[in-house]
Amino acid sequence: MAEKLLEIKNLKTSFRIKDDYFAAVDDVSLNVNKNEVLAIVGESGCGKSALAFSIMGLHTRAKMEGDILYKGENIVGISPSKLNKLRGKHMGMIFQDPLTALNPLMIIGDQIGEALLLHNKEMSKTQRKEKVIDLLNKVGIPRPEYVYEQFPHELSGGMRQRVVIATAIANEPELLIADEPTTALDVTIQSQILDLIKDLKDDMNSGIVLITHDLGVVAEMADRVAVMYAGEIVEIAEVTELFEEPLHPYTRSLFNSVPNASEEQDRLHVIQGIVPSLQNLPRTGCRFAPRIPWIDESAHEAHPELHEVKPGHFVRCTCYKHFRFPEEVGKEEEHHGVS
Amino acid sequence: MGFLKIEDLKVHFPIKGGLFGRTIDHVRAVDGVSFTLEKGKTYGLVGESGSGKSTTGRAIIGLNHVTSGKVYFEDKEITGVTKAKSDFRKDIQMIFQDPYSSLNPKKRVIDLVAEPLRNFEKLSRKEERIRVQELLELVGLNPESILKYPHEFSGGQRQRIGIARAVALKPKLIIADEPVSALDVSVQAQVLNFMKEIQDELDLTYMFISHDLGVIKHMCDHIGIMYKGRYVEEGTAKEIFDNPQHIYTKRLVAAIPDIDPRKREEMKQFRAEVNSEYEQSYNDYFNEEGLAYGLKPITDTHLVALPEKG
Amino acid sequence: MWKFSVRRILIMIPQLFVLSLLIFVLAKMMPGDALSGQIDPNIDPARIEELRIEMGWYDPWHEQYARWVGGVMQGDFGMSFRFKMPVTELIGQRIVNSFWLSVATLILTYLIAIPLGITSGRYNDTFRDQLITGYSYVGFATPLFIFALVMLWVFGFQLQWFPTSGSVEPGMEPGTFDYFMSKFYHLLLPALSMALITTFNTILYLRNEIIDTKQKDFILLARSKGASESRVYNQHIFRNSLLPIAAFFGFEITGLIGGSIFIENIFGYPGMGQLLIESISLRDFSVVTATTLLFGIASILGALISDIILSLVDPRIRIK
Repeated sequence: MAEKLLEIKNLKTSFRIKDDYFAAVDDVSLNVNKNEVLAIVGESGCGKSALAFSIMGLHTRAKMEGDILYKGENIVGISPSKLNKLRGKHMGMIFQDPLTALNPLMIIGDQIGEALLLHNKEMSKTQRKEKVIDLLNKVGIPRPEYVYEQFPHELSGGMRQRVVIATAIANEPELLIADEPTTALDVTIQSQILDLIKDLKDDMNSGIVLITHDLGVVAEMADRVAVMYAGEIVEIAEVTELFEEPLHPYTRSLFNSVPNASEEQDRLHVIQGIVPSLQNLPRTGCRFAPRIPWIDESAHEAHPELHEVKPGHFVRCTCYKHFRFPEEVGKEEEHHGVS
Repeated sequence: MGFLKIEDLKVHFPIKGGLFGRTIDHVRAVDGVSFTLEKGKTYGLVGESGSGKSTTGRAIIGLNHVTSGKVYFEDKEITGVTKAKSDFRKDIQMIFQDPYSSLNPKKRVIDLVAEPLRNFEKLSRKEERIRVQELLELVGLNPESILKYPHEFSGGQRQRIGIARAVALKPKLIIADEPVSALDVSVQAQVLNFMKEIQDELDLTYMFISHDLGVIKHMCDHIGIMYKGRYVEEGTAKEIFDNPQHIYTKRLVAAIPDIDPRKREEMKQFRAEVNSEYEQSYNDYFNEEGLAYGLKPITDTHLVALPEKG
Repeated sequence: MWKFSVRRILIMIPQLFVLSLLIFVLAKMMPGDALSGQIDPNIDPARIEELRIEMGWYDPWHEQYARWVGGVMQGDFGMSFRFKMPVTELIGQRIVNSFWLSVATLILTYLIAIPLGITSGRYNDTFRDQLITGYSYVGFATPLFIFALVMLWVFGFQLQWFPTSGSVEPGMEPGTFDYFMSKFYHLLLPALSMALITTFNTILYLRNEIIDTKQKDFILLARSKGASESRVYNQHIFRNSLLPIAAFFGFEITGLIGGSIFIENIFGYPGMGQLLIESISLRDFSVVTATTLLFGIASILGALISDIILSLVDPRIRIK
């Protein structure tokens, strides 16, 4: 049995808009095990980043309900000083845009060194510098002594992302949250950074939560995948299982809308309608129902729940059983007509 | 002769320096690029950031100063023509990356879409309104929404407004610079499908600039790969993706994440091989400055930047 | 850095040239000349004409300009016809007074603005913030000269906490501690009046900068490293937010010049601002040109100081 590192139970993170609170993460339960990459996939506004930020306690003005247990300790509502002992030491975070994730006025060495300084007061200055140079080496930065003294603007995007990663892994955290770590990077750099994250995981046996919208990245990296839509998890499964047999209509639509470099497609699938804004999220019934209006209402559950369809493969709502793409519906009818 | 023909295009930007801000050197953003677009087809220009792909696109329609080289459109030279009302300005339109910042937030949809019409055609208010409504219908937006402002639309809808603007004058060529990079996958699908549809409908030629190889493969008939301002390889989509010849292209294609999780180990090994080949043969494929050599034909359509000796 | 400063200083040369030319041309266009007031009207006009020729009144303008600039460079601004003394001597004491008034105002401005701006930005949308922004808006809406008059009336005349005019108690021995204290005492009320009313710019600017910086990714990174709130603010937010304030510094000096013209007149403080107004109303042209030129130079210097400060604290500029 895999060792549980992080256990999220019924997490609800709400933001205040005008006078009301709206849940961006709505009743999410998840586990992350040691030495595992859990990918969270979805489009902007689905709540995946809000979930990542919740785990790190980075929402300063959100209302959080439910539990996030890190090795059994609840970090929802924890005191700031306790949280700060966990952050950076036991959990690290990699951000999307390396161009804005570094303090423009601080040299690289001090930015990485800060993570060490905060959690290891005994370390001397020279020890710290040595360790930072070690880390720069580890993330594949050439001439680390020189880069140590440089400012962020003197480095390329790929190099800056390596610095952000070095900062996140400075204290060998057991949990690493990577929020779209390669979205802003070129594809060759992306593949280098993904390799780096994989190697680091193997090195440190950490659990990784990988937030991304890129199914290719998921296929390359994840052990398990959770698909989010409108603040909820709609499907969760082992990666090969999910890619072979995606069940939820949203997951299937997503797969069909990506242009795929290894397959010929004439037309891409388009999901009808638009992603609803936070205030306009449907809060009852199947949240994806308005975007598949050709599916009969009776296919949906009144209170959709996650059903375990195979060991470890969960799908929300029963509508997946009845789901067909409109093109398929047309073809089937044609077929029936002929016969 | 081709529909759009680029001959040895160079765009150099000066680097200012020293005490008096003299020009001390040049950035060779585009450094001798030649290619031809066929009418009705989609040509993809691929490269990583800083490769000069966007600069090339902008130079063609006169948004960047051309240092040397020639641009021919339908056999007429249009290099460095900056006059706003010249004919080719009507025939060549551009779509930009960010649908959030490329539309003036203070203008209504009708004014945004009618702007190119007002520059080139003298229409009465009523005619203009009808044209704009037709255009909105064409891009799949509600024609009733002409009085709305850009912020009232979603990202995909905004990009469609951008497209409506671009096709307003019935252009022959559209240069699309990363038109879907800022969009979510499902919205991206919408815009790409739509661009394909109107291509047939309006007999458009596209020049599609992107760093996303999945999108490029989906959209393009011919592809050019740029690196540091030069071409490293050019060919049909099949040639580039199935039979890349230049080591740079090989590495680029290998880096695309594979959608099949079971091929993970296989891909990892393949990438490792390509990377070591890249490092070993780097000096064979690039000159002392790290730049690509001139293009040599391998087949009729497939050109690769190989050194003189071969 | 070195190159940057040298280039920046070189840019000042054409700026100063244009400034001096402008002032010279304006002075030339004003009616009358140095003789029209200085000489007894009973003197034979022919003799005046002679004097004018002797003084070079009819020389080509560029020769006159060269002569004037040459004089200015050696510290000779001509004679004040009103005070019957060299302008340089007249300005000497006042420029020192104005300088100290400006320094005191600047210090007070930043002493008030920085803590208020920081509090307001850090705790935005709380009661404290509303109180501070409220004060800023009042400051924004109140004209300086009215506020200064109220201050003078309340603290100078009613409560008699501060002197109501002059820059020092008469009869003090220059150089003594008492003399210094008296000087300080005299400039406190005018400086405070000006500072209280001009801080709103800096407060609001700093507040917005902090609110902006707070949401930057590198702040999230700092938090995710485990930095405490106070560390996040001290190490990351403040430095980045104070940067534009440093850039604002030069602008601040220009603002001070405008403010000091009102303040010095209202508080009867013998400085450059007061001198300018007096000499304008008395048509003492050589003094007017001299003060205007000095104010102009101060503005140009302010911009220079801003740029140099910015290049010192912002590595992104330093490199280029």
